[in-house]
Amino acid sequence: MQHKHLIVGAVSAVAVLVAAGCAGMPSSDDLDREAMAMLKSSFTERGIAKMDRLEQDIGQKACSSATPPPEAMAKRIEAEALATIKYPSDGKYIGQWQDGEKLAQNGRGMSWSDASAQPSANGGSCYNCHQISKQELSYGTIGPSLYNYGKLRGVKDLNDAASNPIVKYTWAKIWNSKAFAACSNMPRFGHRQLLDEEQIRDVMALLLDPKSPVNQ
Amino acid sequence: MKQILMAGMLMTSMVFAGAAMAQKSAADGIAEYRKMLEDGNPAELYEAKGAELWKKKRGPKNESLERCDLGLGPGVVKGAWVQLPRWFADTQRVQDLESRLLTCMETLQGFNAAEIAKTSFDRGEQETIESLAAWISASSRGQKISLPQGHAEERRMYELGKRAFFFRGGPMDFSCATCHGVDGQRVRLQDLPNLTKNPGDGIGFAAWPAYRVSSGNLWTMQRRLNDCYRQQRFPYPGFASDVTIALGVYMGVNARGAESIAPALKR
Repeated sequence: MQHKHLIVGAVSAVAVLVAAGCAGMPSSDDLDREAMAMLKSSFTERGIAKMDRLEQDIGQKACSSATPPPEAMAKRIEAEALATIKYPSDGKYIGQWQDGEKLAQNGRGMSWSDASAQPSANGGSCYNCHQISKQELSYGTIGPSLYNYGKLRGVKDLNDAASNPIVKYTWAKIWNSKAFAACSNMPRFGHRQLLDEEQIRDVMALLLDPKSPVNQ
Repeated sequence: MKQILMAGMLMTSMVFAGAAMAQKSAADGIAEYRKMLEDGNPAELYEAKGAELWKKKRGPKNESLERCDLGLGPGVVKGAWVQLPRWFADTQRVQDLESRLLTCMETLQGFNAAEIAKTSFDRGEQETIESLAAWISASSRGQKISLPQGHAEERRMYELGKRAFFFRGGPMDFSCATCHGVDGQRVRLQDLPNLTKNPGDGIGFAAWPAYRVSSGNLWTMQRRLNDCYRQQRFPYPGFASDVTIALGVYMGVNARGAESIAPALKR
C-alpha cells in the first residue's frame, strides 16, 4: 500500500516537473493553429490581393517549414501538379523571343498595387531569379542560370522531332514547376494563370529558339 | 533641397558604378557609396526631427513622450532599440518599436492609435513615427541586437514568427523563406540576407529603419515588412499587426549579437 503511494507520488512529481518545463509554450500543433489565426487576423484584403491568398493548397502547406515534406508527400504533390499541365491545344509551343525577353524583364503583377490580375497585366519576373541572356547583367540567383538553355540541350532546329521532349518539358516546367520539384521556389505560371498560353510561347522562344540571344 | 540633391548624387553614383560592378556583389557597391556618404546619410534629418518630437508637447493631452517606456524604463531611449520587440506588462503584449510608440502616443499624448495605424506611410502621424524610429534606433547605434526571450509570450511569438516566415501562399507560392532562407542569393542585383540566422553586423534586421535612396524617405521595419508582403503577393498586413511583430521577434532573436547600424542607408 505504502509502495503504491510512493509510485503515485513519484508520477505526480514528474507530471509537475513536465508541466513546469513547458510552462507557457503550447504544443507544436497548437502553435500551427495559432499561427494561422494570427495570419488571418493580421491581414486584410486590398485591391486584387484578397484573403483567399492565405488559403494554402496541399503543396503550399507541405512546403511551409524549414524541413522538406516526406518523400511520399513530395511524390504526391509532383504527381498532382503533373496532372494539371495543359499543353497548347493547337500544338504551337514557340512564339517570339523578343516578346519573351520583355516578359522576362518585367517583374510586375499580382500585388495589391496592381490594378488587374489578368495575365496581360503580368510580367514573368524571370530575371529576378535567373541569368538568361548574356546582355542583362542585373539578374538574380535564386534559380539556376538559363543562359544557353536551348543550346546546351542540343536544340538546333525546333521543327526537328528530336527537340520535342525538351520543348514539352520546358512548357510543363513553366506551366507548373511543382511537377518536377514539390517545393520549387518557382511560381506556377500556367496553373495559377499568371501568364497565358501566348505569353508562355514567347518565354519558350526566349529559352529555346536558336535565334534567341540566350542561345548565342 | 539638400535632401533631394543628396539623393540625386546617390542615384548618379549608383548608375555610374552600376555597369562596372554588376558582377561584383551588390553589397560591395552599397558599402562603397555608404562610405562615401558616411557623414551625410539623409536619415540624420529624420533623427534630428525625431529627437525634437520626443520632447515636444503634442496631441490632445499636450504631453511629450519623455515618460514613454520602451522596455528599459520610462524615458530610457539608449539601448532600447536593440531589445525590441519585447514583452510589455502594461499592454500584456509583445510589441515592436512602432507598436510601442502607438501605445505611448495614445496613453501619454491622447492620440488615437487605431487611426494612426490606418494612416498611410509618410503621412500625418505616421511620419512622426518614422522620425522617432530613426532617432530611437540611432540611439542604439553600434550596440548588439539582444532581444529578451525570458517571457513565455516572447518565446511563443518567436515560434509564431518562424511559422509566418516559412508560410507559403498567394498566387506565386512565395514565403519570406523563398528569398531569405539561405545564404548568398540575389534578386536581380540585390543581395538577400539569410534571416534564419545572424546574417552579420549591420545586415538584415540590424539595418532597419533605413533611409531608402530609391524612394527618398525613411522606412521603418514595419514599412520594410509591408513592402516584402506586397512583393510576396500577399494581402495587406496591418500596421503593427501580430504577424509583423512575430516576424520581428523571429528575425531579431536570430540576429542576436549582430551590431546595429540603424538607421542605415539603403539602395
